[in-house]
Amino acid sequence: MIQHSLLHEFSLFRLKRSVLLGIKSLWMHKLRSLLTAMGIVFGVCSVIAMLAIGEGASYEAQQQIKELGSQNVILRSVKATDATTAGEQERSLILEYGLTYRDIAQIQATVPGVLVTIPAREVKDFIWNESRSIDSSTLGTVPWFPEMRNRTVLRGRFFTEVEVSSRAPVCVLSQSLARHLFPLSEPLGDTVRIQSSYFRVIGVIQDDPAAASSETENKNARSDATPGAAMEMLIPISTLEDHFGEVLFKYRSGSFEAEKVELHEVTVRIDQPDQVMPAAQAIRHILERNHKKVDYEMIVPLDLLRRAERTKQIFNIVLGSIAAISLLVGGIGIMNIMLATVTERTREIGIRRALGAKKKDIVVQFLIETVMLSGAGGLIGVALGLAIPLVITHFAEMVTIIEFWAPALAFSISVITGVLFGIYPAFRAAGMNPVEALRHE
Amino acid sequence: MNSPPSSEPVIELRGVEKHYQMGDTLVKALHGVDLKIFPGDYISILGPSGCGKSTMLNILGCLDQPSIGQYFLDGLDVSKLSDDDLSQVRGKKLGFIFQSYNLIQQLTVVENIEVPLYYQGVSEKESREIAVDLATRVGLGKRLDHRPTELSGGQQQRVAIARALSNDPSVILADEATGNLDSKSGGDILEIFDHLNAEGKTLILITHDEGMSQRTSRTIRLKDGEIASDKRREGTAQ
Ligand SMILES: Nc1ncnc2c1ncn2[C@@H]1O[C@H](COP(=O)(O)OP(=O)(O)OP(=O)(O)O)[C@@H](O)[C@H]1O
Ligand SMILES: [Mg+2]
Repeated sequence: MIQHSLLHEFSLFRLKRSVLLGIKSLWMHKLRSLLTAMGIVFGVCSVIAMLAIGEGASYEAQQQIKELGSQNVILRSVKATDATTAGEQERSLILEYGLTYRDIAQIQATVPGVLVTIPAREVKDFIWNESRSIDSSTLGTVPWFPEMRNRTVLRGRFFTEVEVSSRAPVCVLSQSLARHLFPLSEPLGDTVRIQSSYFRVIGVIQDDPAAASSETENKNARSDATPGAAMEMLIPISTLEDHFGEVLFKYRSGSFEAEKVELHEVTVRIDQPDQVMPAAQAIRHILERNHKKVDYEMIVPLDLLRRAERTKQIFNIVLGSIAAISLLVGGIGIMNIMLATVTERTREIGIRRALGAKKKDIVVQFLIETVMLSGAGGLIGVALGLAIPLVITHFAEMVTIIEFWAPALAFSISVITGVLFGIYPAFRAAGMNPVEALRHE
Repeated sequence: MNSPPSSEPVIELRGVEKHYQMGDTLVKALHGVDLKIFPGDYISILGPSGCGKSTMLNILGCLDQPSIGQYFLDGLDVSKLSDDDLSQVRGKKLGFIFQSYNLIQQLTVVENIEVPLYYQGVSEKESREIAVDLATRVGLGKRLDHRPTELSGGQQQRVAIARALSNDPSVILADEATGNLDSKSGGDILEIFDHLNAEGKTLILITHDEGMSQRTSRTIRLKDGEIASDKRREGTAQ
């Protein structure tokens, strides 16, 4: 007969009855059950929500970096941090710094894997369309600039090599600049003015996706970066030299500033992805040799990408720890209540033992109850965790990404938490002496 | 003491002692109890408070093990069984009725009656049939889905009786089953016991009520953990 009952030991019928019994017991104390499960609810919910936000943020960062071109090395001229003092001591009227054509020539000649270089010079001054104006940057560059920097020409066209060699007064506006100067009319075919020079608009190009990220990630990226860093105008480099000369005058805060900068920005395109890091190293050596003062900076998008990936790993570790702690707290809460429940139901345990329940029947009963509690908390948590990123995306316009495995993982962890923290109370219940349990008040 | 009946005893205690260690002193709640109970016996156990009645009933009910001695239930030496096997024996061969009813609060009348069947692995349908039948027999056919808190003491005790009967036990053990009831509902309970015995059930009732010795066919008096007297009422069967 004992074997006969063993057959029934773990049958589905028993499981179903145990689950129903658990629901009844939990339902007896609805509020208490709900409060107990709350810890798990918040744990699971925060895990999913934070994962979604983290994934979204890192996706955005990686996207921005990728738009810089992972096979590019970007060099920019900056005023050397110690140059100001040195310059003032020399009482030089013209501040001379930055990248030169000599640097480019050396890079192209000696660094292996260099495909092309994209030089650019920058003028910062007011750009006018009739009475509308903005203090923005004008970049003189080469025709292959958009392709190499992964920027799409949205309307019209970019300038050609012919226009560069003929020093044509044409310009391409970034999307935001076009919108600012031509809020109502079509910019294509119209003209804009800088100082006394006029340029015909031949195209509108996508904003620099790196403008925002370089502002935050590299404080020096643009010596005087404005919030409208994405506003820029592109003209042939030869045209820029013609109109603004070698020395650039700027009228700033009541005094003239004169700067002589050969090249403001050079993008070096590397042929193979695995050549990028060694090439960056070689370029760094050349620049270090050519420039006594650090009047340049180097941006290696691939390096940034790797760093972003590392940041994400760290973020995931931090997230994992937070999740572990919150589930630990939730689990302890559940265990605490289950221990109280076991004490409260001592007599019930005694009755069941007297009526034929084995120790393992009692263990199973309380374990199922705990798991249902944490599992229900997990389900509510998953629901909230899926809802919160949607709300964030809607109101904060942040990208959130919910990986399909995140809710599944969070839910399984909540169930596992239930099992782990339910074991001790369940065994305590089963370990009670039936006679004493029956006598319990 | 008694003329030995023809059948084999359902319960046999041989030199059973129960000791409790209370600090430095050893309390002997039972010493040297020898007892044979036969199928169909209707026994009341009487004695002053603290004489060991509940202790003996716990041992008879396989809730506790004797410190010394042997206990045979249906010929099986229970004092050697493991905890799991003791549970099995309780669930299969014994029915319990307690002074404070001891129903499970979150379960309804039928569900309470089904509990022993559940642990015996009886199917849902079959156990429901048995439970409904028993509830009707104890007069609670209209209260199947009530919770214990919605019932009077007498009704709760009747549920407890139905529950004790559900697994068709060899012996029913009751510890002051009418102790919490007024004389009317207590009388109803005792009438059910009489009926059960008349149907051939073996019942062992612990009581403080001297009148019970007139009702049952056999009266055992305990004193200081020993059997002081064991009398069979004249004119009763066996
Ligand atoms: N768990 C225990 N630990 C220590 N001593 C105990 C324990 N259980 C019972 N005893 C002692 O054993 C003796 C018998 O107790 P028991 O409960 O069997 O008495 P009883 O005859 O049922 O009394 P009452 O009529 O008051 O219920 C008492 O002296 C009691 O103090
Ligand atoms: Mg007692």
